[in-house]
Amino acid sequence: MKAKVYVNLKPGVLDPQGKAIQHSVELLGFNGISDIRQGKYFEIGLDSALDEAAARESVSRMAREVLSNPIIEDFSVEIEA
Amino acid sequence: MKFGVIVFPGSNCDHDAYHVISKHVGQPVDFIWHRDTNLSSYDAVIIPGGFSYGDYLRAGALARFSPVMTSVKKFARSGRFVLGICNGFQILCEAGLLPGALMRNRDLHFICEHSFVRVETADTPFTNELEGGSVLRLPIAHAEGNYICDEDTFAELKGEDRIIVRYCDKDGDVTDAANPNGSRDNIAGICNRERNVLGLMPHPERACEDLLGSSDGRGIFRSLAATLAAVA
Repeated sequence: MKAKVYVNLKPGVLDPQGKAIQHSVELLGFNGISDIRQGKYFEIGLDSALDEAAARESVSRMAREVLSNPIIEDFSVEIEA
Repeated sequence: MKFGVIVFPGSNCDHDAYHVISKHVGQPVDFIWHRDTNLSSYDAVIIPGGFSYGDYLRAGALARFSPVMTSVKKFARSGRFVLGICNGFQILCEAGLLPGALMRNRDLHFICEHSFVRVETADTPFTNELEGGSVLRLPIAHAEGNYICDEDTFAELKGEDRIIVRYCDKDGDVTDAANPNGSRDNIAGICNRERNVLGLMPHPERACEDLLGSSDGRGIFRSLAATLAAVA
C-alpha cells in the first residue's frame, strides 16, 4: 500500500518560487498561464496489512504534524492499494 | 548565571554565540548537544543560527523533533530565557514557542548583508539595556526570513508590544525599501506572551566586535545578562 501526500501553500500566501517559475516559463513562450504555485509531494510506502481507514488516519496525522506547517500550508492525502 | 548554546547537526553559529557569552558577557557557557535533555543547570539557552538538518523539509522543521526541544519547551514554560537567532528563530516558530512562520524571502535570494533594525520596545529581558527607538546595525544571512502570520496573530503581537525589532533604514525609518525579505510589517524579531522567549533573524552574536563591522549586538546580550543578574 502507498500513501501520496500533497502539501501546498494556502491560498493567499505569497509563493515567490512559483512566481519565479511562472516568469521563466513565460519567457520560454508558454502562454495563457494564470498562476503557478509550487508545492511538495511525498510518497510513503505502507505495510499492506494496514486497513485503508487506519492508513489514512495515520498519514493525515503525519501530514498535519510533520510534513506541513499548518500556519502556511494545506495538505491532501491519497491512499493507493 | 549560566548559559547554554544548543548544537544541532548543521548549526554553524554556535561558536559565535559561545564566544560572545564567554568573552563579552564573561559568564560560564556550555555547548548542549541536541540529544541532551538536562537543562537544569542553565538560566538561559541560545538556539543558534545555521542549517539544522540541512533545512530539509522546512527550515527548522526537523530540529523541533530533537530530544533537547522537549526540554527547551519545559525550560521556557518555567520562565527561563530562550534566545533563538536566525535558524533558532525558525526552530522556535516550528516548535510553536513563537507564533507565525518564516517563509522564503520575497525575492528568493539568500541575503547576506548588514541591515538596520529598530528596537521597538525596551520592555523585554533581551532589550532592557537598550533604548526604545534606537537603531542597531546587525548582519542578516538567510534565505527564509520572510515573517508571516495571520491577522489575529498580528493584532495580538502589536497589541501586546511583542514586535521587538523591525527592519529600518539607517535613520530608523521603517520603510518597504528597508525591508530585505518581505517580512510582514518589517518584523525582524518577536517574543512570546510571557516575554522570556525571543526569536530574531538578524545575528547580534556576529556584531559584538568593532573589527567585525559592528558591535551593536552587544546590547542584546548585555540586556539578558542584566536581567539574569537582577533575578539571581
